[in-house]
Amino acid sequence: MAKTLFEKIWDSHVVEEGNGRSLLYIDRHLVHEVTSPQAFDGLRMNKRNIRRTDLTFATMDHNVPTSDRSLPILDQTSEVQIKTLERNCKEFGVKLFDINSPDQGIVHVIGPELGITLPGTTIVCGDSHTSTHGAFGAFAFGIGTSDVEHVLATQCIWMEKPRTFEIRVEGKRKNIHAITAKDIILSIIRKIGTAGGTGTTFEYRGETISELSMEQRMTICNMSIEGGARAGLIAPDEKTFDYLRGRRYVPKNYEKLVEYWRENLKTDSNARFDKSFTLHVDTIAPQVSWGTNPAMTVDVTGKVPFPEEYAKGNTEEEKAATKALQYMGLKSGTLITDIEIDRVFIGSCTNSRLEDLTEAARAVKGKKVSSKVRAMIVPGSQHVKKQAEELGLDGIFKDAGFEWRESGCSMCLGMNPDILSAGERCASTSNRNFEGRQGSGGRTHLVSPVMAAVAAIQGHFVDVRDLDLN
Amino acid sequence: MEPFIKIKSIATPLNKVNVDTDQIIPKQFLKLVQKTGFGKYLFYDWRYEKDGTIKKDFVLNEPRYKDSKILLARDNFGCGSSREHAAWALLDFGFRAVLSTSFADIFYNNCFKNGILPIKLSEQVLQKLFESRSDIEIDLEKQTITNDDAIIFFDIESHWKRILLEGLDDIAVTLQYDNAISKYENTQRSSSLRVS
Repeated sequence: MAKTLFEKIWDSHVVEEGNGRSLLYIDRHLVHEVTSPQAFDGLRMNKRNIRRTDLTFATMDHNVPTSDRSLPILDQTSEVQIKTLERNCKEFGVKLFDINSPDQGIVHVIGPELGITLPGTTIVCGDSHTSTHGAFGAFAFGIGTSDVEHVLATQCIWMEKPRTFEIRVEGKRKNIHAITAKDIILSIIRKIGTAGGTGTTFEYRGETISELSMEQRMTICNMSIEGGARAGLIAPDEKTFDYLRGRRYVPKNYEKLVEYWRENLKTDSNARFDKSFTLHVDTIAPQVSWGTNPAMTVDVTGKVPFPEEYAKGNTEEEKAATKALQYMGLKSGTLITDIEIDRVFIGSCTNSRLEDLTEAARAVKGKKVSSKVRAMIVPGSQHVKKQAEELGLDGIFKDAGFEWRESGCSMCLGMNPDILSAGERCASTSNRNFEGRQGSGGRTHLVSPVMAAVAAIQGHFVDVRDLDLN
Repeated sequence: MEPFIKIKSIATPLNKVNVDTDQIIPKQFLKLVQKTGFGKYLFYDWRYEKDGTIKKDFVLNEPRYKDSKILLARDNFGCGSSREHAAWALLDFGFRAVLSTSFADIFYNNCFKNGILPIKLSEQVLQKLFESRSDIEIDLEKQTITNDDAIIFFDIESHWKRILLEGLDDIAVTLQYDNAISKYENTQRSSSLRVS
């Protein structure tokens, strides 16, 4: 029977079936400090061990300060969580990339970077943005802490098979520096809604997807969860295999695996998807979110919408939009380019990789951050930071007045000291504009790295298509 | 895990779509390393003013819902972050059941793992419950929701029904499949295409 890529990966990992659910084997388990302490405690209480420490990798990213790492951590509760992970990894024998490791970084940045992420595998982590790893043709999804414990103890997880959802992305972007992967995924979420993918796995395909780099594909897969899907994946190709070749944790039989993946890890031509959606990129504009969920997004050339216009007859959505505008301190009809900002955050598992920083630096070079704006760059990992510094990107940013910081999740969720104050408005390359996400009362506008960089300089949103970015 | 057999209480109506887990439990409270004590932080930014005083107009603060065990919610409840702290906070606050038209996948799963029963209902049925003021009884064995006006039947996966009714340890149940897991691992080990 013809199968989709997802169905092939699923079928090859089923250990047992029953009651409409499958017990799936998990090939890679990524662990971080925030969603794991209670899982390790559960193991201890029940005198259980980790079944496969060789498939389990940990780092600390959510809580870590992004300031000078030689200084002590001031937030004591953060320090407790960081120390707890250290202790747990030592006790249970888990490989840990700790705060001082040259491999430390956001779990979804370091997985691919170290070759832990592989095509055709199943990958879980106690973090909803685990979907990022789908860019490599893996079935990767976020889980809660009870399931973290379950996977540690059994290396398996029970799941109902998600339905399949094809997301076709077709056409040619007119300006590849201005219309980015972030604008593509925001455009998709805006159309299908934040629950559009609930109960499904996305497969992104089409000519535009093939043309994207691995890092851009990661940006797209990363935000699958924002469209309600637990996972999103892209069939691996030569770009995927080249990206991973030679990385530290790829298996010794890598070339043999590549041969197999090349032939098998794709959706059969006559396979059927349960749902399908197509986005044409020829005409899309840079995207800016105006509300408090990622579907509340418009073109940079647009205006803050009226709630009834956004809701299209749905009274609950209309109420939500009214509340969102109130929270965001925005008036319907305001031009997006007239919105002034106080802060800029370039970072997060969505947009903190070398290419993101390179694209932002291109727009920043020789310019100065607006005197009204505080802007920070938080590289996704220590490796990204080092590579960027080798290219001199840190100098470009620092000369312009950006803060150049250590790697971590930082202001994407503000668990460390990097937060917005109430009422502050931020152009952010992260993935969620929920109320209070970046700090209680903080106002988040989701944008691409280049849009954020230019907003930092101009002090308000700008249509980056109007600039010379080459 | 405390078994879920039958509960009866007033239902707290949270009339808002797309409630994300960042709202259910804001990030500053994710730093605890245990599962208990999250109840006081539930819906923190909606329940409290900046100075820590209670927001009287927020539904959870209304005295009549003080002992409520049932939360009525709207579409796509629990979307966003995978944080299980959201389920722990609801449970610690006293909620044992959440009724909505739809739930985000990870949150839905997290509820069962903690003895909270998430029930999916049609828009019409849910709307009636939102409009009703009478107590609601949820009987898991019979799969019924009863109030003064009606008896409503609901669906639940048989596996989760058993886990909740018996308060089972999920991992212990899975460990009964140890042979099948070992067999899968052995096949992998002997394969030239081994990745795990």
